[in-house]
Amino acid sequence: MIFVKDKEIVVPGDVLADEEYHTGRGTFREKNNILSSLVGLVAIRDKKISVIPLQSKYIPKRGDVVIGKITDIRFSMWNLDINSPYSGFLPASDVFGKEKRELSRTFDVGDVLFLRVVDVDEVKKVKLGLKGRGLGKFRGGILINITPTKVPRLIGKKGSMINMIKDETHCDVVVGQNGVVWVKGEPEMERVAEKVIKMIEEQSHTSGLTDRVRNMLLEILGEIQEESEDLEGSEEEEENREEFIQ
Amino acid sequence: MVSIIPEITRESVVYLIKEGKRADGRAFDEYREVSLETGVINKAEGSAKVKLGNTQLVVGAKTQIAEPFSDTPKMGVLMTNSELLPMAAPNFEPGPPDENSVELSRVTDRCIREGKVVDLEKLCIIEGKKVWMIFLDIHVLDYDGNLQDAAVLGAVAALMNTKVPTATVENDEVILDHEKMIPLPFNEKALMCTFAKIGDELVLDPSLEEEEIMDARISIGMRADGSICAMQKGGKKPITRDEILKAVNIAKNKTEELRKYLE
Amino acid sequence: MIKITVESDLSTGTETSARADGRAFNELRPLKISAGVLERADGSAYLEMGGNKVLVAVYGPRELHIRHMMQPDKAVLRCRYNMAPFSVDDRKRPGPDRRSVEISKITSEALTPAVFLEKFPRSTIDVFIEVLEAEGGTRCAGITAASVALADAGIPMRDIVVACAAGKSNGQVVMDLSEAEDKEGEADLPIAMMPRTGEITLLQMDGHLTGEEFERAIDLAVEGCMKISEEQKKAIKERYGD
Repeated sequence: MIFVKDKEIVVPGDVLADEEYHTGRGTFREKNNILSSLVGLVAIRDKKISVIPLQSKYIPKRGDVVIGKITDIRFSMWNLDINSPYSGFLPASDVFGKEKRELSRTFDVGDVLFLRVVDVDEVKKVKLGLKGRGLGKFRGGILINITPTKVPRLIGKKGSMINMIKDETHCDVVVGQNGVVWVKGEPEMERVAEKVIKMIEEQSHTSGLTDRVRNMLLEILGEIQEESEDLEGSEEEEENREEFIQ
Repeated sequence: MVSIIPEITRESVVYLIKEGKRADGRAFDEYREVSLETGVINKAEGSAKVKLGNTQLVVGAKTQIAEPFSDTPKMGVLMTNSELLPMAAPNFEPGPPDENSVELSRVTDRCIREGKVVDLEKLCIIEGKKVWMIFLDIHVLDYDGNLQDAAVLGAVAALMNTKVPTATVENDEVILDHEKMIPLPFNEKALMCTFAKIGDELVLDPSLEEEEIMDARISIGMRADGSICAMQKGGKKPITRDEILKAVNIAKNKTEELRKYLE
Repeated sequence: MIKITVESDLSTGTETSARADGRAFNELRPLKISAGVLERADGSAYLEMGGNKVLVAVYGPRELHIRHMMQPDKAVLRCRYNMAPFSVDDRKRPGPDRRSVEISKITSEALTPAVFLEKFPRSTIDVFIEVLEAEGGTRCAGITAASVALADAGIPMRDIVVACAAGKSNGQVVMDLSEAEDKEGEADLPIAMMPRTGEITLLQMDGHLTGEEFERAIDLAVEGCMKISEEQKKAIKERYGD
C-alpha cells in the first residue's frame, strides 16, 4: 500500500507507504510503515520510496567534488570551509609531495579551490585532495551558494540545464556537490547566471523548469542586448563598417 | 567569530564598483526596498518593524516614570539599546552586547538625541524628581547589511508611534490618566544615511557583501533642514575630506527620500 | 490571518463557556504560522497565537566550536529562549534570567526526541526563539514554531513536535490559557508531544488540580496540540506553494 503520490510534498512524520515498499533516503521505518523524515518531494522508483529534501546541508562523501574556501593555514595543511557541518583539510603533501615549502605562498586564506573529497574518517575529519582533472584554485569569477540537494536539478539531465546556462551566458560554470557554484565570464553575464541559478534553486520542486529558465535567459539577454544597442548602436555600426572595408 | 571573505568575491565586487555597477544592479546612491510598519507590538508603548532589503529589525519603545539624571533635572531620559541577536546571522554570538552592538546603539542614540527628535524637556513632570524615561530597544532579527539606517528609521518611527498616559501633579504626586493617551512631544524626523567606501567609490546602503569587503564606512545623520546632527566613520581604512563632503551632499536627498516612509 | 474555527457541535460542547475572551473551553486563540521568514537562518518560522508573537531561527547542523559540548555519536541541539525587552508590560532587562534558562533547557528536551541527531555526529543544531510579544503560553508557542523552523531547515525528524497548554480558570478546565487566565487561574499545564505517536516530550504543571481535573486538562492539551499540528504542516507546505 502506498499513501502518497510521486512528487507530492510531504513533511516529517508523514506516513508514505507500508511494508511492501523499501526505505530510500529521507525516510525511516517504524513498525510496519515507511515515513518521511524531511520536508521534500516524494520519489517512487519501483518499490523504493524516497524523499528529496527541499533544504539540506552538505554531508561530505568520499569521491565528491566540492568548492572550498581556505580559512586557516597550519604547519602542514590548509583548513577549508566546504559549506558543511564538517570542515575539510588539504594536506601539504598532496600539493608539494615530499618537498617542504611555505604553504601560504601557494594558497592563502580566502582562496577558493575546487577539490575532491579523498576520505571522511570516523571522527568526520574530511581529507581533501587536488589530484584530478580541473581541480585547483579559482581565479576570478563569482560564487553562488545553493541548497546541495538542488545540485542535480541545476545540472539537469545529462547536463542539459547547466549547458544551457553556459551557452547562453558564455560563462564557465563549475558546480560543487556541496552546493557552491563558481561562475566566470563577462561580469554582467556572471550576474545573469547568478539570477538564473537562484531561480532554479527556488523553483526546483516545480515542473516545466527548463522551459522557464530558457525563457528567463532569453528575456534578460534580450533586455541587455537592447540596452547595449541603444547605448552603443552607433559604435557598432562603425565597427561593422570597418569589417566591410577590411 | 570572523567570517572569511573569499578573495574572488572581494575582487568581483571591487571590480564591478570600479565599472560603476553593483552586484544587485542598484545605482551607487540607491536604497534597497524599504518597508516600515508601526504599532506592531501592542505591549510596547511604541513600535516599528523595518525591512531594508533583507535586513529586518523591530524597535520597541517602553516608557516609565523615573528620576532624572542629576545634571539634567528638567529633562526626560532616553535610553537606546540594541541586540544583534544570534538568530540574525551565523556569526552573531549570544551574550552581552559586543562592540558592534554598542556602536549601533550609541550612534542611533546620538542621531535621535542631537537631532532633537523628541523634546526631552517636555518629558519632565516634576523637576529633579519625576520625568518620563523612554527605553528604545532595537531587536535585530535578520542581518543583511546596513543595520544603522534601518535602526534610526525604526527608532524614529517607534518614537512617533509612542503614546504615554497624561501625567498631572497633585500634592507632589504624579497621577496618570490611562484613558487619555498622548503622543510624545515630537520635534523632528532626523534620519541617517550610511555609505560604504569601496575602492574610490561611495555606495549608499551597503549590502552584506559590500559591508564585508568595504574599506571604510560613513554614516550621516541629518535633520529635515539639511543640517547635520550626527556622524560616524567606521572601518579600518581612512576616508578623505572630499569623500565625506560628497556623502553629506548625497545624504541630503536620501534622508529626504527615507523621510517619506514616516508620513 | 489563519483563524481556527472550532466546531461547536462537538459532543463535549454542552458545557458553556465563561471565558473572558468568549472562547469555548476547548477553543484555541487565533493562530497564524509562516515558515521561511528570515534570509540568513537555515530555517525559520513566525507564529502568532492570540497576543503572542514568536520568531524562531535555526542554524545547522553546523560545526561545534566548543569541544567539551561535542557528542562523538550525535549532534547537540541547543535552544535559546529569549524575550524582547518590549515584549511584556514592564520592560524586561535584556539577557537571560533563571526563567529563560529553564525554558531553554526544557525546550531543547522537548524537541530532541523527534530529531535524528545521530545523523550529524560532532555538530550542533542551534534553535533561537525570540518572543517579540508575550501574552501567556510563550513556551508552547516557541516549541511549536521551533519545530516548523527545524523542518524548514531540512533537519530530519520523526515527527513535528507541537505544544499547547491547558489549565483551570474560573473553576473550569480550559484549553490554551490566555495571559489573564494564567495569572488569575488555578492551574496551568503546558505539554509538548509528537502528534503521530502521542508521546509527550514536555510536561510542566503549576497550580492545583484534582486527579480527575488533571486527566481532563491533559486530554484538552492533547486536543489543542492536534489542532495546532495541522496548522504547522499547512505552514510548511504553504512555503512551497502547495
